[in-house]
Amino acid sequence: GVYSKDYGPQFAHCNKTVWNPVGSGLSYEDFDFPIFLLEDANETQVIKQCYQDHNVPREGSVPEYPLCAMQLFSHMHAVTSTVTCMRRSSLQSTFSINPEVVCDPLLDYNVWSTLHPINSSGKVEPEKEFIIVATRIDSHSFFWNIAPGAESAVTSFVTHLAAAQALHKASDVHLLQRNIMFTFFQGETFDYIGSSRMVYDMEKDKFPLHLDNIYSFVELNQVALRNDSVLWMHTDPVSRMNESVDVQVRNLLDTLKNSSLGANVTLQEPGYSQPLPPSSFQRFLRARHIPGVVLTDHRTDFQNRYYQSMYDTPENVRMQYPEGLSPEEMLEYVTDTAKSLAEVATVVARALYRLAGGAADTSAIQADPKTVARMLYGFLIKMNNSWFQSIIKPDIKGILGDVPQHYVAVSSPVNTTYLVQYVLANLTGTIVNLTKEECLNPEKTPSSEREMYDYAWVQGSLGPNSTSRVPYCVRSTVHLSKALSPAFELRQWGSTEYSTWTESRWKEIRARIFLVASKELEIITLVVGIVILAFSLLATYFINAKADVLFGLPRDPGAVAY
Amino acid sequence: PALGLFLFTIARDPLRIIILIAGAFFWLVSLLLSSLIWFIAVKASDPRDEPLQKGLLIFGVMFSVLLQEAFRFLYYKLLRKAIEGLVALSEDGCSPISIQQMAYVAGVGFGLMSGAFSMINLLADSLGPGTVGIHGDSQLYFLTSAFMTMVLIFLHTFWGILFFHGCEHRRWWEIAAVVVMHLAVSGSTFCNPLYVGSLVPSYLLMAAAATWAYLLSGGSAQNLRRFLLCK
Repeated sequence: GVYSKDYGPQFAHCNKTVWNPVGSGLSYEDFDFPIFLLEDANETQVIKQCYQDHNVPREGSVPEYPLCAMQLFSHMHAVTSTVTCMRRSSLQSTFSINPEVVCDPLLDYNVWSTLHPINSSGKVEPEKEFIIVATRIDSHSFFWNIAPGAESAVTSFVTHLAAAQALHKASDVHLLQRNIMFTFFQGETFDYIGSSRMVYDMEKDKFPLHLDNIYSFVELNQVALRNDSVLWMHTDPVSRMNESVDVQVRNLLDTLKNSSLGANVTLQEPGYSQPLPPSSFQRFLRARHIPGVVLTDHRTDFQNRYYQSMYDTPENVRMQYPEGLSPEEMLEYVTDTAKSLAEVATVVARALYRLAGGAADTSAIQADPKTVARMLYGFLIKMNNSWFQSIIKPDIKGILGDVPQHYVAVSSPVNTTYLVQYVLANLTGTIVNLTKEECLNPEKTPSSEREMYDYAWVQGSLGPNSTSRVPYCVRSTVHLSKALSPAFELRQWGSTEYSTWTESRWKEIRARIFLVASKELEIITLVVGIVILAFSLLATYFINAKADVLFGLPRDPGAVAY
Repeated sequence: PALGLFLFTIARDPLRIIILIAGAFFWLVSLLLSSLIWFIAVKASDPRDEPLQKGLLIFGVMFSVLLQEAFRFLYYKLLRKAIEGLVALSEDGCSPISIQQMAYVAGVGFGLMSGAFSMINLLADSLGPGTVGIHGDSQLYFLTSAFMTMVLIFLHTFWGILFFHGCEHRRWWEIAAVVVMHLAVSGSTFCNPLYVGSLVPSYLLMAAAATWAYLLSGGSAQNLRRFLLCK
């Protein structure tokens, strides 16, 4: 974060506010035994059956051998720390023909899009001003690849997407003075991989924007569990001690408050002496004192009781569907959560319109609750629904179909990144009348302005007789930017400046269940075997030596036995 | 015990080793043929019919016993021919190894191979932390299997002696007795897991066969007493 002994020391190390007091920090502990999560009832049935048969104590006494036992295999190749395993991997990659890499850095892509198209491979002029809207799209839990992240990530980026859609629909968007960049950062759970990388790229001129272009910053953190429909606006008190920054922050806050009139959202400030909650904005503040605000539903500690837990599920955000709906009906059903998020999105969109210099009446800017409902269904309950199927490219339709979860893994892009990209393209882009060839090769068409836009050939929805799809071409300003921590670019694996999270490689993960015999029985078996061996050797020797006595035949010199 | 027998009585003489290995091979071939028959029978029948499978197993075991004894007979024939060859090769006109010694070694060969087949599989499975019993089998499985294998090795040795003696002196009832004993022992294993039903009769039969073979090889009660006292 931004608070340290050099910057706001009274806020550093959670001195002032503890954001997640119910958190146990279990994910960050080191366990030297494997822990498995079994969700399939069939698997647990076998375990329970074995326990019932063998391990239950009868009449209060200790259960007898043989007892049921289970062995868990979960061998991880990386050891100690990132520094050690990355060093070993790099040695392997440099010197070995068959390199055996032991760990991989957490890596994915940020999704970003602008209201007015910009040249994504060039540089933006310094006098152009941008407003950055940011959310995170990933979450985490104690178990690998289980990260439903309903309140911590999904609801915030769904709100963001709805706000982007609402803004694009406004009539005089192209007349706005400032541009707006909608950014979805990936990897924020692990020490802000996405945002630190973007700041680094901006400083090193590898990104079209530069930090000077940023006029202000709006971030949406957890916004779904509002108490009495209050939305809190957090600002950074240390940077506001500078007059000019403070003026701009005031302007930002007032615009937000004005935009909330007429909506069922009350915006309040939590107080001057409170630091910023953990957010991507802090990484930008480390580089430049940008005026910005972080919107959350909590004033001091989180409303979310299951932050970064496997229990951060749709039930946690109070999403309820009535009984007996088919998947298609559930896709279209608008829950209360969807309505409340749509209101937040409306407020954000109107405020952004004003901030960007729009002068007209903002009551036409409304976020669509139906879209919000569909997005919530797709990202939280079932990814493989008809809407998602219709907006993705034909060759990646395999990504739909798992239980939705949002862990930033090591093979990129993950499903979530793809889906956010395509949803954003669908909501903010336009359908253009190009053929498949032209859409897939836009550089051949002279007027396509390939630098400014991204063209995607999407599947389209099923025809009315549900046999084939009608694909079409979507033109949007959605781009991906690499989200790999700068520590790995600079090869500073022990960096305290940037995130250094890696994930170990592993082979098979399995478990087996069996009976274990008592130690006494094993020892008895062994001892009996040794005794018989010794006895038989002795007996045979003696019988052999005294064979002539036993068998009464004349003793032949040179002959043996008998 | 088989190891002891091998070390002290067979390992010194290369001829005996050859006869041992050849004996083991003959047993192996008999097992292969009998297992082929059983396998074909099983594949041709309905795998879900439990009593039929059990019946097929019994049939397979009996057939295998008969086949083993048949191969023992074939081996006897072979060794007879071999003796003539050895006599021709030797310097003083008499074979360096007698037919009784060959009988003993052949028996040990049969026994060793059958023991190896019985135990190696078990030993390989017994590696690792678990043990037998998760589907309700007895815990003493390893112990009783080891004892059963030991008794079978001894029995094969004694049957070798008895069988060859019977073939030599044309006493068909001795051969028949060997076959019947083998069938009885194999049949008693179907009493498992009631281990007392299979181990006890087998050990009793082994004692009987041992006594018989001892007497046939020229021993007597007085020799035994002298041996035990002359320690």
